[in-house]
Amino acid sequence: MELLSFGKTGWGDELFIATLMTVAVAITAMLIGFFFALLFTPLKLSKNKFLNFIANSYTTIIRGVPELLVIYLFFFGGTGAVMFVASIFGYNEYIEINAFITGAFAIGIISGAYSTEVFRGAIQSIDKGQFEASKVLGLNKFGQFFRIILPQTLRLAIPNLSNVWQITLKDTSLISVTGLVEIMRQSYIAAGSTRDPLLFYSFAAVLYLMLTFLSMKLINRLETKYSRGY
Amino acid sequence: MDIELMISSFPKLLSATIITLKLLSVSLIFGLFIGLIFAILRLNKNIFINKFAYGYSYLFRGTPLLVQIFIIYFGLGQIEYLRSTFLWVVLKEPYWCAIIAFALNTGAYTSEILRSAFQTIKPGIIEAGKSLGISNKIIFYKIQIPIAIRQSLPAYGNEIILMMKGTSLASTVTLMDLTGVAKYIISTTFKPIEVFIVAGGIYLFMTFIIHNLIKLLERKYSFSE
Repeated sequence: MELLSFGKTGWGDELFIATLMTVAVAITAMLIGFFFALLFTPLKLSKNKFLNFIANSYTTIIRGVPELLVIYLFFFGGTGAVMFVASIFGYNEYIEINAFITGAFAIGIISGAYSTEVFRGAIQSIDKGQFEASKVLGLNKFGQFFRIILPQTLRLAIPNLSNVWQITLKDTSLISVTGLVEIMRQSYIAAGSTRDPLLFYSFAAVLYLMLTFLSMKLINRLETKYSRGY
Repeated sequence: MDIELMISSFPKLLSATIITLKLLSVSLIFGLFIGLIFAILRLNKNIFINKFAYGYSYLFRGTPLLVQIFIIYFGLGQIEYLRSTFLWVVLKEPYWCAIIAFALNTGAYTSEILRSAFQTIKPGIIEAGKSLGISNKIIFYKIQIPIAIRQSLPAYGNEIILMMKGTSLASTVTLMDLTGVAKYIISTTFKPIEVFIVAGGIYLFMTFIIHNLIKLLERKYSFSE
């Protein structure tokens, strides 16, 4: 137990900060994922075959390839890609990308593929009459989408998005391979220096369970909020 | 784009795929067995048995697979007692540790899939069987199980694909599976994109095959049409 205490003798404070890091990466990744979903959902729903193809390749590739492989691509290839873009603008110095950004981006792209599918399903399951009615009421495109369609989509999407969040949260453990000090990495360091892997990895499991449990509670609240009137 | 590297790394990655497939198939067989047992336990009326099965699935679905592998591979070896038993023969091999972790993990998800499949069977169907005078055992084997298989096929297909992606974590415990070899080639040649295309292509191909096999099975087991 002493090993888990706060202060100099224990790893409690380090693990606490690592937990915050996990949450920060997961939230950032989820937001990046939303951004990608916002970009690709319209492409998925579009009638244009080519745009469809682009969006379908994105979701198929990401959902068919292991997360770890995607992370390695970003970890080893991220610096090269950024330096290549920078060299176009005439900047040729070495650029080091921070592990947080690489990790959040890699997990974000993965989470975005799942979110895209969720939003596509939610929008498709909204009754056609809703689109027509909002048009008839004389709302402009913007109003149609943000005031009529989106609130209904959110209600339908929240249960599935909560699954995406759980997947994203658990995927953050894979970023530990890039050296970012989140729960897994910190446990690895602690286990290595105290030679007590069983304790630290079990404690990591408890931390993840706590995070998934707490987020379930929060999401349930959101769900009731958005299902008012149903 | 280094086409030569892509061609030369293809056979290496392909032979690593065999390890990936081995890991996948062995853990799926064990996982299906575990899943079936825990699904039946979940449906048990005894609250302790019920809660135990729920706790198992909650624990394994609420924590990352990586933690589970690390606990089994690095953690269990620490218990002195285990080292003296025959279990140590199994637990000192990273291959078996990975399989134990994968099987327990997929078992938890499978138990949820099968449980919900059993629960969605309409009571009327079972009652119809009873009123025809069919014994409970035959109702279970000839009516409930075939319907449950059909119900759970789409979800189980997804689980197989998720597990296939999960086997990539075996590379973190020194196994040279497809991802492990891909990472090795990337870190020696610093050509991540080329290797990603080849290794990702192999994974996608496997996803494609699994997806179509499940569809075939779905058609075989569908009785509505």
